[in-house]
Amino acid sequence: MKITVDEDKCCGAGQCALIAPEVFDQRDEDGVVVLLDAAPGEEHHGAVRESAQVCPAAAITVDEDA
Amino acid sequence: MEKDAEQVLAYPIPAPSALEPPSEWERLRSECPVARVTLPSGDGAALVTRYEDVRSVLADPRFTRRLTGEGAARIAANESGGVFNSDMASAVPDSGEGHQRWRREVGKWFTAKRMNALRPGIREMAERLIDGMVAEGAPADLKAHLGFPLPVWVICDLLGVPESDRDRFSYWSDTLLNLTRYTEEEISAAQKEFFAYMSAHIGRRRTDPGDDLLSALITGPDGDGARLTDMELVATGMGLLVAGHETTANMIGKMVAMLLSDRSRWERLLEERGLVRTAVEEALRFDANSGIGLPRFITEDAEIGGETVPAGTTVMCAMAAANRDPGAFEGADTMVLDRLPNQHIAFGSGAHSCLGQALARTELQVVLEVLLDRLPGLDLAVPADELRRVDGLAVGGLATVPVRW
Repeated sequence: MKITVDEDKCCGAGQCALIAPEVFDQRDEDGVVVLLDAAPGEEHHGAVRESAQVCPAAAITVDEDA
Repeated sequence: MEKDAEQVLAYPIPAPSALEPPSEWERLRSECPVARVTLPSGDGAALVTRYEDVRSVLADPRFTRRLTGEGAARIAANESGGVFNSDMASAVPDSGEGHQRWRREVGKWFTAKRMNALRPGIREMAERLIDGMVAEGAPADLKAHLGFPLPVWVICDLLGVPESDRDRFSYWSDTLLNLTRYTEEEISAAQKEFFAYMSAHIGRRRTDPGDDLLSALITGPDGDGARLTDMELVATGMGLLVAGHETTANMIGKMVAMLLSDRSRWERLLEERGLVRTAVEEALRFDANSGIGLPRFITEDAEIGGETVPAGTTVMCAMAAANRDPGAFEGADTMVLDRLPNQHIAFGSGAHSCLGQALARTELQVVLEVLLDRLPGLDLAVPADELRRVDGLAVGGLATVPVRW
Protein backbone atom coordinates (compact mmCIF):
# COMPACT_ATOMS: atom_id res chain seq x y z
CA MET A 1 0.00 0.00 0.00
CA LYS A 2 1.26 3.43 -0.94
CA ILE A 3 -0.44 6.63 0.22
CA THR A 4 -0.27 10.09 -1.30
CA VAL A 5 -1.97 13.24 -0.01
CA ASP A 6 -2.91 16.44 -1.82
CA GLU A 7 -2.18 19.35 0.51
CA ASP A 8 -3.90 21.88 -1.76
CA LYS A 9 -7.17 19.95 -1.69
CA CYS A 10 -7.03 19.26 2.06
CA CYS A 11 -9.72 21.15 3.98
CA GLY A 12 -8.45 20.19 7.43
CA ALA A 13 -11.52 18.21 8.49
CA GLY A 14 -9.25 16.00 10.56
CA GLN A 15 -11.04 12.73 9.89
CA CYS A 16 -7.82 10.97 8.85
CA ALA A 17 -5.94 12.14 11.94
CA LEU A 18 -8.79 10.90 14.12
CA ILE A 19 -9.20 7.55 12.38
CA ALA A 20 -5.55 6.68 11.64
CA PRO A 21 -3.38 8.81 13.94
CA GLU A 22 -0.31 6.63 13.32
CA VAL A 23 -0.45 7.44 9.63
CA PHE A 24 -1.90 10.96 9.40
CA ASP A 25 -1.41 14.14 11.40
CA GLN A 26 -2.26 17.81 10.87
CA ARG A 27 0.11 20.78 10.77
CA ASP A 28 -0.27 23.00 13.82
CA GLU A 29 -0.05 26.17 11.77
CA ASP A 30 -2.96 25.51 9.39
CA GLY A 31 -4.50 22.09 10.05
CA VAL A 32 -3.37 20.69 6.69
CA VAL A 33 -2.70 16.95 6.52
CA VAL A 34 0.75 15.57 7.28
CA LEU A 35 1.53 12.09 6.01
CA LEU A 36 3.52 10.36 8.74
CA ASP A 37 3.91 7.04 6.97
CA ALA A 38 3.41 6.66 3.22
CA ALA A 39 3.68 2.87 3.35
CA PRO A 40 2.17 1.78 6.66
CA GLY A 41 2.02 -1.79 7.94
CA GLU A 42 -0.97 -3.99 7.27
CA GLU A 43 -2.44 -3.36 10.71
CA HIS A 44 -3.21 0.22 9.58
CA HIS A 45 -4.66 -0.58 6.15
CA GLY A 46 -8.28 -0.69 7.28
CA ALA A 47 -8.07 2.68 9.00
CA VAL A 48 -6.20 4.18 6.03
CA ARG A 49 -8.86 2.99 3.57
CA GLU A 50 -11.59 4.43 5.77
CA SER A 51 -9.73 7.74 6.03
CA ALA A 52 -9.46 7.99 2.26
CA GLN A 53 -13.12 7.05 1.77
CA VAL A 54 -14.51 9.58 4.22
CA CYS A 55 -12.14 12.48 3.42
CA PRO A 56 -14.55 15.29 2.47
CA ALA A 57 -12.01 16.83 0.11
CA ALA A 58 -10.92 13.53 -1.49
CA ALA A 59 -7.35 14.54 -0.66
CA ILE A 60 -6.02 11.04 0.12
CA THR A 61 -5.11 8.53 -2.58
CA VAL A 62 -4.38 4.92 -1.72
CA ASP A 63 -2.54 2.70 -4.16
CA GLU A 64 -3.30 -0.82 -2.98
CA ASP A 65 -0.85 -2.50 -5.37
CA ALA A 66 2.23 -0.54 -4.51
CA MET B 1 -35.85 20.89 -15.13
CA GLU B 2 -38.27 20.33 -17.99
CA LYS B 3 -39.59 17.27 -16.23
CA ASP B 4 -42.25 18.01 -13.65
CA ALA B 5 -42.26 21.58 -14.87
CA GLU B 6 -45.88 21.86 -13.84
CA GLN B 7 -45.32 20.72 -10.30
CA VAL B 8 -43.69 23.09 -7.85
CA LEU B 9 -43.22 21.72 -4.35
CA ALA B 10 -43.40 23.86 -1.26
CA TYR B 11 -40.09 23.63 0.56
CA PRO B 12 -39.29 22.42 3.16
CA ILE B 13 -41.30 19.25 2.53
CA PRO B 14 -43.36 18.04 5.50
CA ALA B 15 -42.43 14.70 7.09
CA PRO B 16 -44.79 12.10 8.59
CA SER B 17 -43.13 12.30 12.00
CA ALA B 18 -40.26 14.06 13.74
CA LEU B 19 -37.66 11.36 13.13
CA GLU B 20 -38.85 10.05 9.77
CA PRO B 21 -37.97 11.42 6.34
CA PRO B 22 -40.59 12.87 3.98
CA SER B 23 -41.89 10.06 1.74
CA GLU B 24 -41.41 12.49 -1.16
CA TRP B 25 -37.63 12.08 -1.00
CA GLU B 26 -37.72 8.63 -2.57
CA ARG B 27 -39.78 9.83 -5.52
CA LEU B 28 -37.58 12.88 -6.01
CA ARG B 29 -34.35 10.88 -5.95
CA SER B 30 -35.64 8.32 -8.43
CA GLU B 31 -37.81 10.45 -10.70
CA CYS B 32 -37.02 14.10 -10.27
CA PRO B 33 -33.42 14.65 -9.15
CA VAL B 34 -33.62 18.39 -9.88
CA ALA B 35 -37.00 19.49 -8.57
CA ARG B 36 -38.61 22.92 -8.67
CA VAL B 37 -39.48 24.17 -5.21
CA THR B 38 -40.80 27.32 -3.59
CA LEU B 39 -38.83 28.54 -0.58
CA PRO B 40 -40.47 30.08 2.53
CA SER B 41 -39.70 33.50 0.99
CA GLY B 42 -41.82 32.64 -2.04
CA ASP B 43 -38.76 32.59 -4.30
CA GLY B 44 -38.11 29.59 -6.50
CA ALA B 45 -35.17 27.20 -6.31
CA ALA B 46 -34.01 23.84 -7.62
CA LEU B 47 -33.91 21.05 -5.06
CA VAL B 48 -31.22 18.38 -5.42
CA THR B 49 -31.67 15.12 -3.49
CA ARG B 50 -29.40 12.39 -4.95
CA TYR B 51 -26.17 11.62 -3.13
CA GLU B 52 -23.87 11.99 -6.13
CA ASP B 53 -25.57 15.21 -7.26
CA VAL B 54 -25.54 16.87 -3.84
CA ARG B 55 -21.94 15.89 -3.30
CA SER B 56 -20.79 17.24 -6.63
CA VAL B 57 -22.72 20.53 -6.37
CA LEU B 58 -21.27 21.20 -2.90
CA ALA B 59 -17.74 20.46 -4.12
CA ASP B 60 -18.11 22.52 -7.33
CA PRO B 61 -16.74 26.07 -6.93
CA ARG B 62 -19.01 27.36 -9.74
CA PHE B 63 -21.91 26.90 -7.35
CA THR B 64 -21.21 29.78 -5.01
CA ARG B 65 -22.37 30.16 -1.43
CA ARG B 66 -22.99 33.82 -2.09
CA LEU B 67 -26.71 34.52 -2.14
CA THR B 68 -26.32 38.28 -2.13
CA GLY B 69 -25.97 38.45 -5.92
CA GLU B 70 -28.71 39.65 -8.22
CA GLY B 71 -31.32 37.04 -8.95
CA ALA B 72 -30.41 34.80 -6.03
CA ALA B 73 -33.35 33.46 -4.08
CA ARG B 74 -34.06 34.60 -0.56
CA ILE B 75 -34.55 31.72 1.81
CA ALA B 76 -36.80 33.18 4.49
CA ALA B 77 -39.84 35.39 4.29
CA ASN B 78 -38.36 38.24 6.29
CA GLU B 79 -36.69 41.16 4.55
CA SER B 80 -33.07 40.31 5.22
CA GLY B 81 -33.59 36.70 4.21
CA GLY B 82 -31.97 35.41 7.38
CA VAL B 83 -28.51 34.13 8.03
CA PHE B 84 -27.75 32.93 4.51
CA ASN B 85 -28.35 36.31 2.94
CA SER B 86 -26.85 38.63 5.54
CA ASP B 87 -24.03 41.08 4.81
CA MET B 88 -22.09 39.28 7.48
CA ALA B 89 -22.13 36.15 5.36
CA SER B 90 -20.07 37.98 2.75
CA ALA B 91 -17.42 39.32 5.16
CA VAL B 92 -15.59 36.03 5.15
CA PRO B 93 -13.79 35.36 1.86
CA ASP B 94 -15.88 32.98 -0.18
CA SER B 95 -13.48 31.40 -2.61
CA GLY B 96 -9.97 31.15 -3.95
CA GLU B 97 -6.86 32.15 -2.02
CA GLY B 98 -8.70 34.48 0.37
CA HIS B 99 -10.97 31.69 1.44
CA GLN B 100 -8.12 29.25 1.82
CA ARG B 101 -6.16 31.72 3.96
CA TRP B 102 -9.16 32.30 6.22
CA ARG B 103 -10.02 28.63 6.33
CA ARG B 104 -6.51 27.63 7.37
CA GLU B 105 -6.14 30.43 9.93
CA VAL B 106 -9.33 29.33 11.63
CA GLY B 107 -9.13 25.65 10.74
CA LYS B 108 -5.96 25.09 12.68
CA TRP B 109 -8.08 25.54 15.81
CA PHE B 110 -10.14 22.55 14.86
CA THR B 111 -7.49 19.92 14.28
CA ALA B 112 -8.07 16.42 15.61
CA LYS B 113 -5.29 16.95 18.15
CA ARG B 114 -6.78 20.15 19.53
CA MET B 115 -10.21 18.57 19.68
CA ASN B 116 -8.85 15.61 21.62
CA ALA B 117 -7.30 18.09 24.04
CA LEU B 118 -10.75 19.65 24.56
CA ARG B 119 -12.29 16.29 25.50
CA PRO B 120 -11.73 16.44 29.28
CA GLY B 121 -13.19 19.96 29.43
CA ILE B 122 -16.23 19.01 27.36
CA ARG B 123 -16.67 15.91 29.49
CA GLU B 124 -16.68 18.06 32.62
CA MET B 125 -19.31 20.40 31.12
CA ALA B 126 -21.48 17.43 30.13
CA GLU B 127 -21.16 15.94 33.64
CA ARG B 128 -22.15 19.24 35.21
CA LEU B 129 -25.17 19.64 32.94
CA ILE B 130 -26.30 16.06 33.54
CA ASP B 131 -25.92 16.61 37.31
CA GLY B 132 -28.29 19.55 36.93
CA MET B 133 -30.79 17.47 34.99
CA VAL B 134 -30.67 14.59 37.47
CA ALA B 135 -31.09 17.00 40.39
CA GLU B 136 -34.38 18.21 38.91
CA GLY B 137 -35.60 14.66 38.46
CA ALA B 138 -37.28 12.69 35.69
CA PRO B 139 -38.94 13.25 33.34
CA ALA B 140 -36.68 15.99 32.03
CA ASP B 141 -36.04 17.72 28.71
CA LEU B 142 -32.61 16.54 27.60
CA LYS B 143 -32.48 19.28 25.00
CA ALA B 144 -32.90 22.12 27.49
CA HIS B 145 -30.64 20.58 30.13
CA LEU B 146 -27.81 19.25 27.99
CA GLY B 147 -28.11 19.55 24.21
CA PHE B 148 -28.64 23.29 24.05
CA PRO B 149 -26.24 24.63 26.67
CA LEU B 150 -23.25 22.37 25.97
CA PRO B 151 -22.21 23.60 22.50
CA VAL B 152 -22.65 27.25 23.42
CA TRP B 153 -20.44 26.75 26.48
CA VAL B 154 -17.82 25.15 24.25
CA ILE B 155 -17.95 27.95 21.65
CA CYS B 156 -17.84 30.67 24.32
CA ASP B 157 -14.70 29.04 25.72
CA LEU B 158 -13.16 28.93 22.25
CA LEU B 159 -13.91 32.61 21.70
CA GLY B 160 -12.79 33.63 25.19
CA VAL B 161 -16.30 34.78 26.15
CA PRO B 162 -16.90 34.65 29.92
CA GLU B 163 -19.35 32.23 31.50
CA SER B 164 -21.66 35.10 32.47
CA ASP B 165 -22.36 35.91 28.80
CA ARG B 166 -23.27 32.39 27.70
CA ASP B 167 -27.02 33.03 27.91
CA ARG B 168 -26.81 36.10 25.68
CA PHE B 169 -24.83 34.11 23.13
CA SER B 170 -27.42 31.41 23.22
CA TYR B 171 -30.19 33.91 22.46
CA TRP B 172 -28.29 35.61 19.65
CA SER B 173 -27.51 32.30 18.05
CA ASP B 174 -31.13 31.21 18.13
CA THR B 175 -32.35 34.51 16.72
CA LEU B 176 -29.84 34.70 13.91
CA LEU B 177 -30.50 31.18 12.69
CA ASN B 178 -34.23 31.02 13.10
CA LEU B 179 -35.96 31.75 9.83
CA THR B 180 -39.48 32.33 11.07
CA ARG B 181 -39.86 32.51 14.84
CA TYR B 182 -38.53 36.00 15.39
CA THR B 183 -39.64 39.27 13.84
CA GLU B 184 -37.46 41.25 11.49
CA GLU B 185 -36.89 43.80 14.29
CA GLU B 186 -35.78 41.11 16.71
CA ILE B 187 -33.39 39.61 14.18
CA SER B 188 -31.91 43.01 13.31
CA ALA B 189 -31.60 43.92 16.97
CA ALA B 190 -29.86 40.63 17.75
CA GLN B 191 -27.51 41.12 14.83
CA LYS B 192 -26.66 44.62 16.03
CA GLU B 193 -26.15 43.56 19.63
CA PHE B 194 -24.01 40.64 18.63
CA PHE B 195 -21.95 42.83 16.31
CA ALA B 196 -21.41 45.42 19.05
CA TYR B 197 -20.52 42.75 21.59
CA MET B 198 -18.05 41.04 19.28
CA SER B 199 -16.45 44.32 18.18
CA ALA B 200 -15.89 45.32 21.80
CA HIS B 201 -14.68 41.83 22.64
CA ILE B 202 -12.19 41.92 19.77
CA GLY B 203 -11.07 45.39 20.81
CA ARG B 204 -10.33 44.09 24.32
CA ARG B 205 -8.48 41.12 22.91
CA ARG B 206 -6.30 43.38 20.76
CA THR B 207 -4.93 45.10 23.88
CA ASP B 208 -5.15 42.12 26.21
CA PRO B 209 -4.89 38.84 24.29
CA GLY B 210 -6.06 35.68 26.03
CA ASP B 211 -5.68 32.00 25.40
CA ASP B 212 -8.52 31.79 22.89
CA LEU B 213 -9.10 31.49 19.16
CA LEU B 214 -9.85 35.17 18.53
CA SER B 215 -6.75 36.30 20.40
CA ALA B 216 -4.66 33.94 18.33
CA LEU B 217 -6.26 35.17 15.11
CA ILE B 218 -5.57 38.77 16.15
CA THR B 219 -1.95 38.36 17.11
CA GLY B 220 -1.06 35.67 14.61
CA PRO B 221 1.98 33.45 14.95
CA ASP B 222 4.33 36.42 14.39
CA GLY B 223 2.37 38.83 16.54
CA ASP B 224 2.07 41.17 13.55
CA GLY B 225 -1.62 41.74 14.22
CA ALA B 226 -2.41 41.96 10.52
CA ARG B 227 -3.78 38.52 9.92
CA LEU B 228 -7.49 39.14 9.54
CA THR B 229 -9.44 42.40 9.41
CA ASP B 230 -11.81 43.43 12.24
CA MET B 231 -14.76 42.69 10.00
CA GLU B 232 -13.39 39.25 9.21
CA LEU B 233 -12.85 38.63 12.92
CA VAL B 234 -16.39 39.67 13.90
CA ALA B 235 -17.83 37.62 11.06
CA THR B 236 -15.68 34.67 12.10
CA GLY B 237 -16.95 34.86 15.68
CA MET B 238 -20.50 35.16 14.49
CA GLY B 239 -20.03 32.37 11.98
CA LEU B 240 -18.61 30.04 14.60
CA LEU B 241 -21.50 30.74 16.93
CA VAL B 242 -24.31 30.29 14.43
CA ALA B 243 -22.60 27.35 12.74
CA GLY B 244 -21.49 25.65 15.93
CA HIS B 245 -24.29 26.14 18.37
CA GLU B 246 -27.71 25.29 17.06
CA THR B 247 -26.43 22.56 14.77
CA THR B 248 -24.69 20.54 17.46
CA ALA B 249 -27.32 21.44 20.08
CA ASN B 250 -30.08 19.94 17.99
CA MET B 251 -27.96 17.02 16.88
CA ILE B 252 -27.39 15.97 20.49
CA GLY B 253 -31.15 15.76 21.04
CA LYS B 254 -31.84 14.02 17.74
CA MET B 255 -29.00 11.54 18.21
CA VAL B 256 -30.28 10.53 21.66
CA ALA B 257 -33.87 10.35 20.39
CA MET B 258 -32.89 8.17 17.42
CA LEU B 259 -30.91 5.82 19.65
CA LEU B 260 -33.74 5.54 22.19
CA SER B 261 -36.62 5.33 19.71
CA ASP B 262 -35.49 1.74 19.15
CA ARG B 263 -33.95 0.99 22.50
CA SER B 264 -32.02 -2.04 21.21
CA ARG B 265 -29.67 0.55 19.70
CA TRP B 266 -28.98 2.08 23.09
CA GLU B 267 -28.54 -1.36 24.65
CA ARG B 268 -26.06 -2.37 21.98
CA LEU B 269 -23.98 0.73 22.72
CA LEU B 270 -24.05 -0.06 26.45
CA GLU B 271 -22.55 -3.44 25.61
CA GLU B 272 -20.21 -2.32 22.85
CA ARG B 273 -18.79 1.01 23.91
CA GLY B 274 -16.27 0.87 21.07
CA LEU B 275 -19.14 1.66 18.69
CA VAL B 276 -19.59 5.23 19.94
CA ARG B 277 -17.56 6.72 17.08
CA THR B 278 -19.38 4.90 14.28
CA ALA B 279 -22.75 5.35 16.02
CA VAL B 280 -22.24 9.13 16.01
CA GLU B 281 -21.44 9.05 12.28
CA GLU B 282 -24.51 6.95 11.62
CA ALA B 283 -26.69 9.33 13.65
CA LEU B 284 -25.38 12.16 11.46
CA ARG B 285 -26.20 10.18 8.32
CA PHE B 286 -29.58 8.92 9.54
CA ASP B 287 -30.86 12.32 10.71
CA ALA B 288 -33.82 13.00 8.44
CA ASN B 289 -34.50 16.35 10.10
CA SER B 290 -31.28 18.26 9.50
CA GLY B 291 -32.88 21.45 8.22
CA ILE B 292 -33.32 22.99 4.82
CA GLY B 293 -29.90 22.01 3.52
CA LEU B 294 -27.30 24.26 1.95
CA PRO B 295 -28.19 26.84 -0.71
CA ARG B 296 -25.91 27.50 -3.68
CA PHE B 297 -26.16 29.96 -6.56
CA ILE B 298 -24.94 29.49 -10.12
CA THR B 299 -24.12 32.33 -12.54
CA GLU B 300 -23.58 30.16 -15.61
CA ASP B 301 -25.47 27.24 -17.12
CA ALA B 302 -24.45 24.02 -15.44
CA GLU B 303 -25.38 20.37 -15.44
CA ILE B 304 -26.63 18.42 -12.46
CA GLY B 305 -27.24 14.70 -12.88
CA GLY B 306 -27.64 15.07 -16.64
CA GLU B 307 -30.05 18.01 -16.45
CA THR B 308 -29.22 21.55 -17.42
CA VAL B 309 -29.60 24.12 -14.69
CA PRO B 310 -29.70 27.63 -16.12
CA ALA B 311 -27.59 30.53 -14.94
CA GLY B 312 -29.31 32.41 -12.13
CA THR B 313 -30.65 29.30 -10.41
CA THR B 314 -30.53 28.93 -6.65
CA VAL B 315 -29.91 25.29 -5.81
CA MET B 316 -30.93 23.78 -2.47
CA CYS B 317 -28.71 20.84 -1.57
CA ALA B 318 -30.66 18.38 0.58
CA MET B 319 -27.86 16.54 2.35
CA ALA B 320 -30.30 14.61 4.54
CA ALA B 321 -32.11 13.24 1.47
CA ALA B 322 -28.75 12.37 -0.10
CA ASN B 323 -27.71 10.57 3.08
CA ARG B 324 -30.74 8.27 2.70
CA ASP B 325 -30.03 7.55 -0.98
CA PRO B 326 -30.14 3.75 -1.47
CA GLY B 327 -27.84 4.25 -4.46
CA ALA B 328 -25.10 5.35 -2.07
CA PHE B 329 -25.84 3.46 1.16
CA GLU B 330 -26.74 -0.18 1.63
CA GLY B 331 -29.78 -0.36 3.88
CA ALA B 332 -30.10 3.40 3.67
CA ASP B 333 -33.24 3.46 5.81
CA THR B 334 -31.73 1.31 8.57
CA MET B 335 -29.63 2.76 11.36
CA VAL B 336 -26.47 0.63 11.31
CA LEU B 337 -24.41 1.54 14.35
CA ASP B 338 -21.20 -0.03 13.02
CA ARG B 339 -21.47 1.22 9.43
CA LEU B 340 -17.99 1.41 7.91
CA PRO B 341 -17.04 3.41 5.95
CA ASN B 342 -19.74 6.02 6.41
CA GLN B 343 -19.46 8.53 3.60
CA HIS B 344 -22.34 10.70 4.74
CA ILE B 345 -22.35 14.35 3.76
CA ALA B 346 -24.02 15.80 6.83
CA PHE B 347 -21.07 18.23 7.01
CA GLY B 348 -21.14 19.00 3.31
CA SER B 349 -18.38 18.12 0.90
CA GLY B 350 -15.30 19.67 -0.68
CA ALA B 351 -13.48 22.89 0.14
CA HIS B 352 -16.41 24.31 2.14
CA SER B 353 -17.23 21.23 4.14
CA CYS B 354 -17.90 22.08 7.77
CA LEU B 355 -14.89 23.70 9.38
CA GLY B 356 -16.01 22.63 12.83
CA GLN B 357 -16.82 19.03 12.04
CA ALA B 358 -14.08 17.68 14.29
CA LEU B 359 -15.49 19.75 17.14
CA ALA B 360 -19.04 18.59 16.45
CA ARG B 361 -17.89 14.96 16.34
CA THR B 362 -15.98 15.39 19.59
CA GLU B 363 -18.95 16.97 21.37
CA LEU B 364 -21.34 14.28 20.13
CA GLN B 365 -18.98 11.45 21.06
CA VAL B 366 -18.30 12.86 24.52
CA VAL B 367 -21.97 13.51 25.25
CA LEU B 368 -22.87 9.99 24.20
CA GLU B 369 -20.08 8.47 26.30
CA VAL B 370 -21.06 10.46 29.38
CA LEU B 371 -24.74 9.58 28.96
CA LEU B 372 -23.94 5.87 28.60
CA ASP B 373 -21.75 6.09 31.72
CA ARG B 374 -24.04 8.13 33.88
CA LEU B 375 -27.54 7.19 32.76
CA PRO B 376 -27.49 3.65 31.32
CA GLY B 377 -31.21 3.37 32.05
CA LEU B 378 -32.00 6.37 29.84
CA ASP B 379 -35.23 6.13 27.85
CA LEU B 380 -37.67 8.39 26.07
CA ALA B 381 -40.43 9.60 28.40
CA VAL B 382 -42.91 9.81 25.50
CA PRO B 383 -43.54 7.49 22.54
CA ALA B 384 -41.19 8.40 19.66
CA ASP B 385 -44.09 9.36 17.41
CA GLU B 386 -45.09 12.06 19.89
CA LEU B 387 -41.79 13.88 19.43
CA ARG B 388 -42.28 17.17 17.63
CA ARG B 389 -40.01 19.04 15.26
CA VAL B 390 -39.04 22.58 16.00
CA ASP B 391 -40.30 24.91 13.28
CA GLY B 392 -38.56 27.54 11.34
CA LEU B 393 -34.90 26.85 11.84
CA ALA B 394 -32.31 26.62 9.13
CA VAL B 395 -31.17 23.77 11.33
CA GLY B 396 -33.68 21.02 12.09
CA GLY B 397 -34.27 19.79 15.60
CA LEU B 398 -36.77 18.47 18.09
CA ALA B 399 -38.88 20.85 20.15
CA THR B 400 -38.13 18.87 23.31
CA VAL B 401 -36.51 15.53 24.10
CA PRO B 402 -38.37 14.22 27.19
CA VAL B 403 -36.38 11.49 28.92
CA ARG B 404 -36.35 9.42 32.10
CA TRP B 405 -33.63 7.17 33.51
